Amino acid sequence: MIVPIHHVLTFSLALFLVGVVGVLSRRNGIIVLMSVELMLNAANINFIAFSRLMSDIAGQVFAVFVIVTAAGEVAVGLAIIISLFRGTESINVDEITLLKG
Amino acid sequence: VSLGYAGIFFYVLAAMAVVSALMVVTRKNPVHAAMFLVFTFFCVAGIYITLSAEFLAAVQVLVYAGGIVVLFLFVIMLVPLKAGIRRPPVRRGAVAILLAGMVAVAVMSFYAHAVSTEMSMATEGSRVMGNIETVGTELYTRYLLPFEVASVLLLVAMIGAVVLARRQV
Repeated sequence: MIVPIHHVLTFSLALFLVGVVGVLSRRNGIIVLMSVELMLNAANINFIAFSRLMSDIAGQVFAVFVIVTAAGEVAVGLAIIISLFRGTESINVDEITLLKG
Repeated sequence: VSLGYAGIFFYVLAAMAVVSALMVVTRKNPVHAAMFLVFTFFCVAGIYITLSAEFLAAVQVLVYAGGIVVLFLFVIMLVPLKAGIRRPPVRRGAVAILLAGMVAVAVMSFYAHAVSTEMSMATEGSRVMGNIETVGTELYTRYLLPFEVASVLLLVAMIGAVVLARRQV
């Protein structure tokens, strides 16, 4: 490794926590989904860093699967946001109380 | 420790990625957030290259920066902007969450350092070939079943998105 692994892990942790802050603090449903993407990216960086460290290509294969899942998740999530906007004229996640939560 | 160009490249990209990720979660306008999201994804792709995962870097640019962000922009276009920013966008507890996160980064990086000193002893000097051929061989031999299941997952996601976003449900 050119860069020590703990620097890579600290970076991915910082990116993940930025995503957590976004999910917890934003009202806009679209930006909440963007923050989830940031968190998935942070997980991918960990997969690839350990793949490099342990000389095992499996980490990169799993990162491909994470990207596939992220693509599916965004497609479904944005479809849900569109259908919520049709019903409630709002995409603020704390105004949407269809399930009485 | 001499870092070389790849090491400097990593630290510059990591700093830019974290800063632009912070911009993503703090911008009021979702279009600006989407633009910073593209920038973050490009920085992460560069980091994949410094970790010798060239195939993943290409996939990152194609799928994330090329596909997912376009999807976000289409939805932002369909939903009127004022629907998202009618009320102040950040909740009051955001600063507290941010401070807790900084503490968590400090603690976790300490543990990561402890783990890495143990592990770097075992795998000194080894190298993974992160090229397309290696990833492709693994994907089509050892991970063939997960690969096929992933294609079914994408099909289900596609049908689900079409059904959910239809006009009459």
